[in-house]
Amino acid sequence: MTTMTEQGTQVYSLFIRATPEQVWDGITKPEFTTKYFHGTKIESTFEPGAPYLSVAGDSNDTLVDGEIIESDPPRLLRHTWRALYDEATAAEPHSRVTWEIEPQDGGVTKLTVTHDQLEAAPKTAVSVAGGWSYVLSGLKTLLETGEPLEST
Amino acid sequence: MTDDDRVFRALSDPTRRHLLDQLFERDGRTLTELESELEMSRFGVMKHLRVLEEAGLVVTRRSGREKLHYLNPVPIRLIHDRWIDKYRERQVSALADLKSELEETA
Repeated sequence: MTTMTEQGTQVYSLFIRATPEQVWDGITKPEFTTKYFHGTKIESTFEPGAPYLSVAGDSNDTLVDGEIIESDPPRLLRHTWRALYDEATAAEPHSRVTWEIEPQDGGVTKLTVTHDQLEAAPKTAVSVAGGWSYVLSGLKTLLETGEPLEST
Repeated sequence: MTDDDRVFRALSDPTRRHLLDQLFERDGRTLTELESELEMSRFGVMKHLRVLEEAGLVVTRRSGREKLHYLNPVPIRLIHDRWIDKYRERQVSALADLKSELEETA
């Protein structure tokens, strides 16, 4: 089987039964991210130029660092991304993550995550390829039920 | 039709599964690239891609004059989390029940 290397862009999309504001809070508030994002706390002021940090809930190690590029709550968040949890990915240049939040009919919100500028970060591309679906499924479950996905 | 129905329907066709496999191997392809690997008319491939898009399994992005197709694995993950985990859990608990029953009668 071929791996997803040398691919510059990954797109993930899903519908969540929640308001755009709730989805925004789910992405930007540490009390939410610890429940679905591999136990990590998000740390940022979400102002352009501010650091974007994902910090391990238990050890306080910084697992992902980056910088806010654009922030338009509750519609759009764009930041750079470098995975520090692995020496190989930490040595690669920053890639970019864009969260797009679009209200739909019937109390549903569409969330699209685009992870791009991965051409020069192939190890990061492989590392995140399996992770985003799991993380986003967990966010959906948390926002729709108030409970985190059970880890199996 | 629910979201799950659309995903199961989209996955029920071998050509559509093949298109997803193509995008898994290399993401962000144009219709022309996808079509070149299939013995099918352009119109036929477009129809299949539309079903995949409606199910959320394929997301398209414009890049200049080109329309690129990306595999979106999230709906499959959602089915995994909501269906497969559920039944696996029941299987495990059925085995646990069987074990305690056998141990009680032993």
